[in-house]
Amino acid sequence: MGLDIRWPIGLMFTLIGALLAGFGAVVQSDAISLGININLIWGLILLGFGVLMLLGAAKG
Amino acid sequence: MQAIQLQWIDYTILVAYVAFVIGIGWTLARYMKTSSDFLTSARSIPTWVTGLAFISANLGALELVGMAASGAKYGISTAHFYWVGAIPAMIFLAVFMMPFYYGSKARSVPEYLKMRFDERVRALNSVAFAVMTIFASGISMNALAKLLHSLLGWDYNVALWISSGVVLLYVLKGGLTSAIYTEVLQFFMIVLGFAPVVYLGLKDVGGWHAMNHSLQSVAVNPAALYLKDAGTTYAPNAWTSAWQPVLGGASANPMGVDWFAMIFGLGFVLSFGYWCTNFLVVQRAMAAKNMTAARNTPLVAAVPKMFFPFLVIVPGMIAAALCTMPDKGYRIPPALVSEAAYAKAVDAVKTADATKPDAAVAAVHDAVGKNIDGVKIASLVAANATSKLTDEQIKQGIYNSVAENDYDGVILSLVKKYCPPGLLGLALTALLASFMSGMAGNVTAFNTVFTYDLYQAYFAKGKSDHHYFITGKVITVVGILLSIGAAYFASMYNNCMDIIQLVFGFVNAPLFATFLLGMFWKRTTGTGAFLGLFGGIACSALFHALTSVGSNLDAAGHVINSMKGGYLHVAHVFPSEMAQNFWLAAFAFIACFSFTAVISLATKSQKTDADLKGLVYSLTPKIVDNNIPIYQKPAVVGIVLLIVCIILNFIFW
Repeated sequence: MGLDIRWPIGLMFTLIGALLAGFGAVVQSDAISLGININLIWGLILLGFGVLMLLGAAKG
Repeated sequence: MQAIQLQWIDYTILVAYVAFVIGIGWTLARYMKTSSDFLTSARSIPTWVTGLAFISANLGALELVGMAASGAKYGISTAHFYWVGAIPAMIFLAVFMMPFYYGSKARSVPEYLKMRFDERVRALNSVAFAVMTIFASGISMNALAKLLHSLLGWDYNVALWISSGVVLLYVLKGGLTSAIYTEVLQFFMIVLGFAPVVYLGLKDVGGWHAMNHSLQSVAVNPAALYLKDAGTTYAPNAWTSAWQPVLGGASANPMGVDWFAMIFGLGFVLSFGYWCTNFLVVQRAMAAKNMTAARNTPLVAAVPKMFFPFLVIVPGMIAAALCTMPDKGYRIPPALVSEAAYAKAVDAVKTADATKPDAAVAAVHDAVGKNIDGVKIASLVAANATSKLTDEQIKQGIYNSVAENDYDGVILSLVKKYCPPGLLGLALTALLASFMSGMAGNVTAFNTVFTYDLYQAYFAKGKSDHHYFITGKVITVVGILLSIGAAYFASMYNNCMDIIQLVFGFVNAPLFATFLLGMFWKRTTGTGAFLGLFGGIACSALFHALTSVGSNLDAAGHVINSMKGGYLHVAHVFPSEMAQNFWLAAFAFIACFSFTAVISLATKSQKTDADLKGLVYSLTPKIVDNNIPIYQKPAVVGIVLLIVCIILNFIFW
């Protein structure tokens, strides 16, 4: 019905992923969970998921 | 639980999510031109979208919070609610029932009942469903507002009205399509928001095998974590094996359920009754763009559903395992105690006479109002006598001595433990998304049933389509307002809400028997279905009045709380409320099935074979799936999913 849902999903996760990864890269205070910079890692995963969704939507 | 302080990054993630879900609703608004667009999505949505919406509408926060709670209380046996209590029913719905729901062109489940039986059956089902949906939505919203209040310190009223307002904004604009599309977004948000908590938790306990090893000590002595009464013990695999403890009998597993109740009560009656007849989930499949898409919708949903135990149950198991590791400094959150009660208890410890620990224990118990661990309080009093402890240290000691658990706090305690700012915002947004998907699902199902099955059927027949389109929008607003009212009702009259839920349990238990006979036996009559349903409901209530659970009887065998049954006479005692519920469902199903069959044989059908074509299995031409690839054939996909489900059961046997 007129809207490819992958556009908003892709945009949202790209935005949140970039934000989270950027925050993780800048803020590295004892922001670290169990010795892992989880914000950076998970932010990149969300970013990748968002980009994949956008590519799928752009492909038609 | 101390309130969490969110940072700008957390609020930014939350605001971004809210902006996107409202944006989807506003984008879809221009496509809403008829009542069919608004209330049924004009049957236009592809399989993968309806499939994920099907599962997301069911994935309310009560499931996220409740399944983690059950994971701590019962271990991997909780997965029976998925591998026994969902997947087989979803496959049955896809292969056998969707052809009737979709092929009949009914706009709702109650409308199918009207086509198959008569107006009486539709009226009974639609009124019960509409009322139940509003209360379910209210209970969920009340839980959300309370959670946001205790977790973030947000005002209850503000949390309730803002979260409801967001749902209203996108559902009012884009109708069912908007709800379905946002449910897909919410599905990904929930999975991606909670997955890191599971990963970090497993890493913290030393991995899967280390967690299972720790859970063996939980099974042998669950009382140490206040999971069971003192002296209770199970086999070491009771928390890590799904079937062996159940096959050992009701007393051998923490659920207190025997294998027959598990398979017939949960796996057949309750499961098929929910997944195959509840319009909330069936509506998603009915919005699909064609018959194949509609039939494949529950199958697409079954794939993530099968693996959800690893997302929602494992956190509870991690929490129980963490409790056995003193160096982790974790306990399952204690039952909620007010700050005033804690202050009173701290004073009791400070003024206690170290030579009379029993008096100190009694004073703390009176202040807290919960069961407490007397040994821990006595040692706290002794420690305070030798070296003066600070108020905060004493409060922490009392916190650790409360011998009752708040299981609903498990998932949030893990979020708080593992998520730094940033990830915390993502996890809380996932929690909010689950509440919103549940509420939007309830509201869209309510407005369709109310508009088509009550308003159009009984109050305003033959009006223009635009009239019903506007009515649907008005009913959306009314539905949200009624949900908010139900939330306030739930917060003020907890016991009344328990009674209402109990009555709904009586109404729902026999429902699947009516559908089963209606779809697969053409001789079933409207009178048989209507009276059979009432007979099943009456038998449910009678069964509850004549049975109770062991923990509900005092030393003399008298019933303590009539809400747990046995208020007429205690003819049978079940080991747990769960066992009582499963057996009640089995009993109600058999009663309804028998009444319906006998009354149908004694009454004349008002429907001809031609009337029942497309509504009853034996009178409907079988669908031939020759023109679709093998991986899209519902029967083939269903068999594959069933095999995977059986394999999962064997892996965790």
